[in-house]
Amino acid sequence: MNTNSDYPKRICSTTGLPICRSAEFFVKANAVLGVVFLLIGGIAAILIALTRWQAVHLLPVDWFYRILTLHGINMLIFWILFFEVAILYFVSTTLLKVRLASRLTAWISLVMMLVGAVMVDVTILLGKADVMLSSYLPLLAHPAFYLGIILVAVGTLIGVCNYFATLYIAKKEKTYEGSVPLVVFGATAAAIIAVVTLLHGAVVMVPTFLYSLHLCAQPDPQWYRLLWWGLGHMSQQVNVCAMVAVWYFLAAITTGAKPLNEAVCRSAFVLYILFINLASAHHLLVDPGVSAGWKIWNTSYAMYLAVLASMMHGFTVPASVEVAMRGKGYVRGLFGWLTNAPWRNPGFSAFFLSLLIFGFIGGITGVTLGTQQINIIAHNTLRIPGHFHATVVGGTTLAFMGLTYYVVPLLWRREYILKPLCRLQPYLFGIGILIMSFGMSFAGSMGVSRRSWDIDAGGSIYGPTAHLFLALVGIGGTVAFIALFLYVGLTVGTLLFGRRIAAGKSMEDWGTPKVLSTSPGHDHVAPAPGFAGGATVAEAHPTQGTMVLAVIFLLSFAVYYFANWKALADVWPVR
Amino acid sequence: MNQESSSGLECPKPGWFQAPSGNERTWIGMAVIWCLILSVMMPYWHFRGKQNSTGEAYRVKPADFVKRVEAFVKVNTGEESLVEDGIAPVVPAPPGEVYLLAKQFFWFPVLKLRSGETYRLHISSADVQHGFSLLPMNMNFQIVPGYDHVLTIKPQAPGTYHIVCNEFCGIGHQQMVGKIIVE
Repeated sequence: MNTNSDYPKRICSTTGLPICRSAEFFVKANAVLGVVFLLIGGIAAILIALTRWQAVHLLPVDWFYRILTLHGINMLIFWILFFEVAILYFVSTTLLKVRLASRLTAWISLVMMLVGAVMVDVTILLGKADVMLSSYLPLLAHPAFYLGIILVAVGTLIGVCNYFATLYIAKKEKTYEGSVPLVVFGATAAAIIAVVTLLHGAVVMVPTFLYSLHLCAQPDPQWYRLLWWGLGHMSQQVNVCAMVAVWYFLAAITTGAKPLNEAVCRSAFVLYILFINLASAHHLLVDPGVSAGWKIWNTSYAMYLAVLASMMHGFTVPASVEVAMRGKGYVRGLFGWLTNAPWRNPGFSAFFLSLLIFGFIGGITGVTLGTQQINIIAHNTLRIPGHFHATVVGGTTLAFMGLTYYVVPLLWRREYILKPLCRLQPYLFGIGILIMSFGMSFAGSMGVSRRSWDIDAGGSIYGPTAHLFLALVGIGGTVAFIALFLYVGLTVGTLLFGRRIAAGKSMEDWGTPKVLSTSPGHDHVAPAPGFAGGATVAEAHPTQGTMVLAVIFLLSFAVYYFANWKALADVWPVR
Repeated sequence: MNQESSSGLECPKPGWFQAPSGNERTWIGMAVIWCLILSVMMPYWHFRGKQNSTGEAYRVKPADFVKRVEAFVKVNTGEESLVEDGIAPVVPAPPGEVYLLAKQFFWFPVLKLRSGETYRLHISSADVQHGFSLLPMNMNFQIVPGYDHVLTIKPQAPGTYHIVCNEFCGIGHQQMVGKIIVE
């Protein structure tokens, strides 16, 4: 064994996790760049929200569409992809106790992604790519726009390959026994989906790039839509997968939760890999040239197995928290485990709010809007961003923020500054996104279009109610932006001014629930630390609180779903 | 952290592959049934419901489609109902083929239809992609150049309806508003 295959590490004093020194720089670099793009996207977001709020109407028309393009690409592509590469490097090297496969490859990936992202942003800001994120042909942007996206995609692909190589080394050098941890399994599912996604991206972007250079004929616009959404929606499933893996990570670290059943959690991740592509068809449900049979089959594959997977995670994640909390003695009533959860811990609050917003708002609206016929009363209205801001922002971004509150002390060994503000930040962000998402969804239900600078430009078509909901978009967006700014400010401030963490500190930095010595009013005796005796608790009714939440979820889902069929039945007959 | 337990951060102990039990199994059962209901609703509505997007479309060169629209307007322009906002509404005889052109940044022509009659509405674009959003019903369809998208529609109530473009089509996108008048 040469020196290279040693595992150069230090042990984190906050979480007790080992940190791989060969990977540390790349985890940091990718995460920091991700946050930079998040900030760019966030500044764009507030400008857009304050323009759609018709009473404020901040930006001029050309800059509105330009900034909207910038916002979509920086948030949905750059922030998420950079942070995901950081997560992949982090979970593989830390949880499998292995070195990063190749530093050179990590460098190549990082530089390609950065060059590509800067290229795209500069092209947009120069006004050469006012085409939105989806850049539907025949609208055409400057070639640098497409080339930049290709560079980011290929760079990410290289980073993902580096992750697979790291897994291979861990397996070959037997740095772990048996199966990989669940969080690594989930991250791997995300990585596999990312490969398929980025290959779609290559198939659609390379001809478009060549066309923009006049080197080939114009690709068919409908073909472009079909393939682009193989990139566009599937990339969001990478986020879902990574977010769920982060849920398991934060649940474990903040409450000591253990998956109820590893086979269920892993099967759910496999379902994502196998069935997630169906979401790509959701964008073509009112398209010409695609038959009803194609739409119905591809929106569900007859079984909605990807939805089933999310419903499985949506149950098993809170249920594992419930079992862990009950195991610590918080057994009172249906929800004693939940009310005693560490709500002041931003890692926990971010994770749990992310779970609730993703499930109750993002999930329910997503499945409903993605129903073939219901899409008629939703396509391209503000209902669509109302849905995906609840999944990608209220879900993924909020979960990633929660992760940051642990990763920064872990990697930079600094304590967070202004902790009370940190504890507040996830709530502020979650509430802002909720208000905004509600505003968008209701405005969209009244027919307000997405991606429109001024809904009154063609006369007053919409009533005062639609304007009220657009005001909510502006207000919610402002609240969320303040929380985002707070998150970036606190994190950067910590990197610069945070107190150095002394060695040997416990992981109770943000507050984790203590094991109760006796459980009041209950005959269960709390098990020993380490939760070895948890089985006795688990054999009673350990998850009835989660079951009640799950049934409430299912009822809300059914009400929303069938209310939409009713709304559809009221419009003109059409075939 | 307790290295003995197998949280999501540690390798699971051997024998982890177990069938779900208890509430988790019940919930998965409920979720499977719900997913099947979701799936069955779409074919059910396809046969029994009145609102479907069948995607009926024909290939057409954008220039040819523009000619068809012009020919349609020439045949159908009603003299008596001229001049509403300076545009002649077209009064096609039901039931029939009706043409609507999407172009940066307008819809052409203004259509006059009869309530309760069925029309085959042909829509396509002369340039980039557009979105057909009929308000206040909030019915939305994608318009793609090169594809003659045929919607078989039946207006339900008299009134003036707006067509808003809801696919970004350029800097003048927000001004792209058309009209359908139903008598």
